[in-house]
Amino acid sequence: MSDTLRLPRIQRRRHFKSMVANGIIMIFAGMAILPLIMVFSYITSSGLPSLNLDFFVKLPAPAGETGGGMANAIAGSVLMVVMSGVMAIPPGLLCGLYIAEFPRQKLAGALRFVIDLMTGVPSIVIGLFAYATLVVPLGGFNAFAGSAALAIIMLPVVSRTTEEILRLIPSQLREAGLALGLPRWKVLLRLIMRAGRSAIATGVFLAIARASGETAPLLFTSFNNQYWSSSLSEPVASLPVQIYTYAISPYEEWHRLAWAGSLVLVSVVFTINLMSRVLLKRSSN
Amino acid sequence: MRSDRVFNLILRSLAVAIIAGFLGLTWFLWKSALPTLKVAGAGFVWSQAWDPVANEFGALPFLWGTVVSSLLALCFSAPVSIGAALFLTDIASKKIRSPIAFLIEMLAAIPSVVYGIWGIFVLAPFVREYIHPMLNGHLGFLPFFVGPPFGLGMLTAAMVLAVMITPTITSVCREVFRSVPDPLREAAIGLGATRWETIRLAVLKTSISGIFAAMILGLGRALGETMAVTMVIGNRPEISLSLFKPAATMASVIANEYAEAQGDSHMSALAAIGLVLLLVSSIVNIAARWIIKRTESKTHV
Repeated sequence: MSDTLRLPRIQRRRHFKSMVANGIIMIFAGMAILPLIMVFSYITSSGLPSLNLDFFVKLPAPAGETGGGMANAIAGSVLMVVMSGVMAIPPGLLCGLYIAEFPRQKLAGALRFVIDLMTGVPSIVIGLFAYATLVVPLGGFNAFAGSAALAIIMLPVVSRTTEEILRLIPSQLREAGLALGLPRWKVLLRLIMRAGRSAIATGVFLAIARASGETAPLLFTSFNNQYWSSSLSEPVASLPVQIYTYAISPYEEWHRLAWAGSLVLVSVVFTINLMSRVLLKRSSN
Repeated sequence: MRSDRVFNLILRSLAVAIIAGFLGLTWFLWKSALPTLKVAGAGFVWSQAWDPVANEFGALPFLWGTVVSSLLALCFSAPVSIGAALFLTDIASKKIRSPIAFLIEMLAAIPSVVYGIWGIFVLAPFVREYIHPMLNGHLGFLPFFVGPPFGLGMLTAAMVLAVMITPTITSVCREVFRSVPDPLREAAIGLGATRWETIRLAVLKTSISGIFAAMILGLGRALGETMAVTMVIGNRPEISLSLFKPAATMASVIANEYAEAQGDSHMSALAAIGLVLLLVSSIVNIAARWIIKRTESKTHV
């Protein structure tokens, strides 16, 4: 190459610098997704061999024995997540509606602040609260306290997504409804909530996914149980707590089951996430 | 209309109930913590002793563990998250943007306890076999790298936390970079700036306070994180500069000891730690939201 075609030295240095910086940014982006691949591949390779029918239908085996499953923990998790959903979703939707639709009311502003604060409350602190209000008065660890703790975690998530979605709905829809002489509550519940329903459903799904994986608030509310329990006033096993108990135990056999449990938990959470995303995409098209 | 008034009344009473519930949460914690605070006073926060058997309770080792592990996690995670966000807004082609953003968001979906089991069986052995010999062997004279090769300890906890807060910081930074008006980038390119110069001058310089807010939000997440940290930090209430020694955080000591706490004074001390944790994380979260709000109003003017 002749000298006249070559860029001046400072130019070359600038382009070199830019290339290096680009490279570093790409490496960082790779580093951000690397853990996901590592965690996922590890859970699959360690959990899959231990995953069999027994895992889903059998009770935990006593320490030292092989075999056994997490049937009661899976059932307990489903029970508590459903209960917490029943407790958290309707008020969560209404809170979001109130904050989004009545922004002029001071109370709505205060509620918004409190919901923001609630999202930041560490889940273990919510467990302490549920212990003080529902475990001590009821005389022992119980499934209801666990569900209530999960509900407190879900509520702000539901409320915030609802609020965000409702803000995006054009105000013409409200005006059209009101112009037809509909009462405001009908406009809000029948038109506005309906217009945003699939996007709101996404938020609800994400809240359910989050609650299914929570461990900390269950440690001293629903506690754990080696047997079947269908009573809300008794301690109940749950998948995350069972994974925790097994993971920190000294037994190989239990570690194996903890990996299998993690695989099940992650699969459930990912499926819910994917489902809600598909739902959202379909609704926005 | 009357039905509207009823509806509004329902919404208002719900709002009052939720606000009262939140105040109740704080009040219950305060009430449970009161016996400890009465005995120890404000010294509770500064006392180093934690011996449930001898009825000695001080929060300082846990405060130290929480703050150090979270700040370390932030140091690990911030550059990676900012880089990943820049990649998503300014470097990647449109086609791969959303799949990569999706993968990073999925990191946030993995339950804490799963990070914990991964930390115990994969990350901790890695730290023990590779990182400890490297740092302790070559730089062992520094107080940060002394300590036994357990694998479980401050460094491992900070690494797990860093992974867990990366999606938070990345997604907030991405929003911030996205809100930088394109004409700014175009102006830089028009002046002959290289890609990195465009990023540095047009994007990063205008987003500093947004990046700061993203980091504080990430910090807030790290402070309250419980399960994964409890499983890998080693749970020993000691204040040490060493990254390899076991430590304990406010959340981890509650998770570890509350269900088996013997006696009212022990439970009250744990509730007092919960109260401190609630205060610290609320302050951090409010600060982050305040900064975000301020930057938003600035960019919209």
